[in-house]
Amino acid sequence: MKFNKAIKNIFIVLFSTLLISACSTAKKAAVDTTDDVYTGTETVKYLAKGVPDRVFFATNKSKLTTASRDTLRKQATWLRKNKDITITIEGHADERGTREYNLALGERRANSAKDYLMTYGVSGKRIAVISYGKERPINPASSPLAWSQNRRSVTVKAN
Amino acid sequence: MRKILLTLSLLLFFYNNAYGLITVDITRGNLDPLPIAVSPLHVDPKSEKISQLETEKLGEEISKIVERNFKSTGLFNPLKKDAFVQKPDIAHLKPRFEDWRLIKAQALVTGKLLIKDKKLKVEFRLWDLTAAKEMVALSFTTTPNNWRRVAHIISDKIYERLTGESGYFDTRIAYVSETGPKNQRIKKLAIMDQDGFNTKYLTLGNELVLTPRFNTTNQLVTYLSYFKNMPRVYLLDIETGIQEVVGNFPGMTFAPRFSPDGKKIIMSFAKDGNSDIYSMDLETRLVEQITKHPSIDTSPSYSPDGKYITFNSDRSGLQQIYVMRSDGTQVKRITHGAGLYGTPVWSPRGDLIAFTKVRKGRFYIGVMRSDGSGERLLTENFYQEAPSWSPNGRVLIFYRETKSDSKGKGFSAKLWSIDITGYNERRLKTETDASDPSWSSLLSK
Repeated sequence: MKFNKAIKNIFIVLFSTLLISACSTAKKAAVDTTDDVYTGTETVKYLAKGVPDRVFFATNKSKLTTASRDTLRKQATWLRKNKDITITIEGHADERGTREYNLALGERRANSAKDYLMTYGVSGKRIAVISYGKERPINPASSPLAWSQNRRSVTVKAN
Repeated sequence: MRKILLTLSLLLFFYNNAYGLITVDITRGNLDPLPIAVSPLHVDPKSEKISQLETEKLGEEISKIVERNFKSTGLFNPLKKDAFVQKPDIAHLKPRFEDWRLIKAQALVTGKLLIKDKKLKVEFRLWDLTAAKEMVALSFTTTPNNWRRVAHIISDKIYERLTGESGYFDTRIAYVSETGPKNQRIKKLAIMDQDGFNTKYLTLGNELVLTPRFNTTNQLVTYLSYFKNMPRVYLLDIETGIQEVVGNFPGMTFAPRFSPDGKKIIMSFAKDGNSDIYSMDLETRLVEQITKHPSIDTSPSYSPDGKYITFNSDRSGLQQIYVMRSDGTQVKRITHGAGLYGTPVWSPRGDLIAFTKVRKGRFYIGVMRSDGSGERLLTENFYQEAPSWSPNGRVLIFYRETKSDSKGKGFSAKLWSIDITGYNERRLKTETDASDPSWSSLLSK
């Protein structure tokens, strides 16, 4: 019986350590990426107060996440208020894909952002797009975090 | 470019195999490279002095280039010169076969050269030491500054005679030269001889340039330039340096390649988030849309007869390789294996398509038949892509990148080659980091 209890204790200790470590990894992941999409703010710049300049994408994808749509709505509001501003949307990919496909992918990502701005009342005439493929990484590291920060489209003032 | 006059005093012995002359089997790996002795070419003492050229060393230098070319194939084992038993001029007249056999050579290359009236006259012979026979005798005349090309042409002729396939030494590589930190890379178009010599930079690095590709006559290169921040396909004449935009597209054009007859450029045009494949006739300027699909269609490459196009598309959801007729009909997916596929390039022989495969975070260069069967992965690495064929369809050149640390340090991009047998992987020397190689066809045909 005593022996059993000892085992039980060890088990509890073990279990709680596992639980803690599980919590800590979950917490870390929550800061940086969700479902392969970067959710942090480390590389983000601001077009105006509270208006982030970029959105992030999952590997090989150009679909906008809820957070991305939120960012783009803020950009649209800002652009509607500042009617003389024109922008260029730069589409980028990470280094883990072939160069030519990534050029196409960057173009597709920039256009998803453009399309969303247009549905929120920004004229397409004010928006230019350019794809840099994987040619202009913001984070030069070869790590999943860097790759997630590099899969992005960035809205840049053009005038 | 084709200034070399091949004065063909050609004495090829076509009745070869009946006599059991040596041959090199290149369809296998390099299990048993052929021992070959390349004697320095004898320099005629009456040769004129040419400025900036050490005439008396020219024969030795040419033989060294031939040796390096042979060694790089993995099919030949050039023997050390200090064991050579006969003086170059005497060996060239008629070698003492038994003496050369003693140093275990099976083939011998001899030659002589003379510079007279500002012309370089070169003569060489290939000897089968086992059968005690001359296999090739050839002489040609050119300008002395072409001496490196002389060495490459000699290499090609010997390779051709011993393997039964055309060579690939008198060729050039166009590529993108890379310098600077990874997030501020400076890229220039560059061109060099196949062995890494005579590097020339064709752009200054003021704008981003990518993916140069030769036309069949090696006079033109088509590539992507971000000139004025407008990514467009350009055409560059290597001799004159004249550049022009290809077509007048209202958006990004990229992934260019020439048609086998050199009359068209095929490329991707991206608009509103969709990339399709277009071709443009360089003479009539007529543009033709070849694919029409809401997915990404890119990296097109013609079959050597011009009847088909292989390309990369993600219409199935993920990057895969497709083949269609060159008018865009009869589209067929040819890759079905696990993983992503990109950068299909049709072999100049027409039998194979080379590709890049991505699987479980690793990158492979491979080949398969044009119906997608018989896939063979030749090399695996952290990152590599963009194979380009040697003109004889036996070797692939591609680029490979290394992993970088959190500061971007440790990153490099280099050119590598591998035989389609999967053997003989080797790095090509370049002055700077390099990517996006394109192998020319033979300069002298």
